[in-house]
Amino acid sequence: MASALSASEVINQPGAGSPAQASSRGLQVEVRDAVVRFGDLTVLRDLDLTIPSGQFLAVVGRSGCGKSTLLRLLAGLERSAQGSVSFGGKPSSGLRSDVRVMFQDARLLPWKNVLDNVRIGVEGGDRAKALEALELVGLADRAKEWPSVLSGGQRQRVSLARALVSNPSILLFDEPLGALDALTRIEMQQLIERLWRERRFTAVLVTHDVSEAVALADRVVLVENGTISQDIPIALARPRERDNGFTHYENSILNRVLGKAPAGAKDEGFSI
Amino acid sequence: MKSPAARNWKTGTLSIGLEWLIPILVVAVWQWLGSAGWISQRILPTPVSVVEAGAKLIRNGDLFVYIGDSTRRALVGFVIGGGIGFILAILNGLLPFIEKLTDSSIQMIRTIPHLSLIPLIIAWFGIGEQGKIFLVALGVAFPIYLNTLHGIRSVEPGLIEMGRTYGLRGFALFRTIIFPGALPSILVGLRFALGIMWITLIVSETISSNSGIGFMAMNAREFFRMDVVVLSIVIYALLGKLSDWLAKLMERSWLQWHPHFRRQK
Repeated sequence: MASALSASEVINQPGAGSPAQASSRGLQVEVRDAVVRFGDLTVLRDLDLTIPSGQFLAVVGRSGCGKSTLLRLLAGLERSAQGSVSFGGKPSSGLRSDVRVMFQDARLLPWKNVLDNVRIGVEGGDRAKALEALELVGLADRAKEWPSVLSGGQRQRVSLARALVSNPSILLFDEPLGALDALTRIEMQQLIERLWRERRFTAVLVTHDVSEAVALADRVVLVENGTISQDIPIALARPRERDNGFTHYENSILNRVLGKAPAGAKDEGFSI
Repeated sequence: MKSPAARNWKTGTLSIGLEWLIPILVVAVWQWLGSAGWISQRILPTPVSVVEAGAKLIRNGDLFVYIGDSTRRALVGFVIGGGIGFILAILNGLLPFIEKLTDSSIQMIRTIPHLSLIPLIIAWFGIGEQGKIFLVALGVAFPIYLNTLHGIRSVEPGLIEMGRTYGLRGFALFRTIIFPGALPSILVGLRFALGIMWITLIVSETISSNSGIGFMAMNAREFFRMDVVVLSIVIYALLGKLSDWLAKLMERSWLQWHPHFRRQK
């Protein structure tokens, strides 16, 4: 636990990031030499990644680079042909109840009301806990509604409540904000950041939006051709403002994704 | 100014009135043509004489016996055929091995028009109950089978994956996600099957039987009681309408989550 704490302090700027209750609940995630194949196609090759417990990691990359497959590997929805995945030091394969996924679409059951959808997330379907989780995302007053009457952002909030209700150690986000409008997206980012700081789960966010990655993550990894090509710690204070430092990270990562010369871009980022 | 509620009530009555305008007109003209002697009672009895025939059969109790016999046949056949179709569809929808084994055979049998089996059925079962129940079951099984299978296949894979990540498997996964997801399609199959159920029964009762509404019609024809013949046609229509209404009611109450079936507030 001590090592986990020091790791998160190195990444966050001193005094800025660490929340009051530093009792880290998250699990450390280790991926060693993972290879994932779909038939003849190798989607992930020799991928190595260590995520300290409680870290917020963002995975960026072009579409088809394998970033979603990496997330599905962590979720236990895909299996690696070689290599290993371990949580908290113990090797793991398959689905786990302490790992939750938020998908790009909310995936709510249209025939269950909002509360019953959240109850799927907790063993035994505890009503009180589900209602508590709905309060957390600010939707307790919509508990009896059908999902079809909710807006896209509200549906994703229900899906977040469903993922959080069992207090997971690891929360995986598969571009959950991609389909939302700009304002709702910023609200959702703030909500996710707040809940992560309160609960200290390990978070992995797959996104193609570099600015979202910089806004939320302690560390951004870039996936290219099925392997990690760059690993960038984001040393910005939280809550993050879109200032020069932010733009610097955003531009340098974006240029790297697009394959432009990084050196010139770096200077430009600072000169603004 | 009228209140909106009063206006709604008014447009509501108006739309019901419009729906019933043509049927009422047709019956009125039919009665008028009969009473004026334009149509012979031996060809088409008037609505009033059909109602009188019905009243007489109600008084001596025959009508309820006939309706009871027909309904029992219909329901027993429906439960047997629908049950077989439903269970087969569930097995085939969930277990690819069973589907490989049975689906193409089922599709082959499906192409046989089940009413064409009537001569064979009479030879096997005579004019007893089993033959009619067998035919109804055979006719009902396929729409239930096809629509249930389609419903299971059209459940969104994303929802099933979501259920698996939340630890649902086996019967819990079926009960929580697959069955409710397939339900709209299953109910479409149910409505189709109810229609086929009555058609099959009408045909088989008309050809061979010694009780039921079809028997009542054929018996009346022997004695040129055209009012009773028309009455049995009307009763079939009412029974068909009743079962369609029941199916609609099921859709309304079980598919409230579906925007298409939500009751207007």
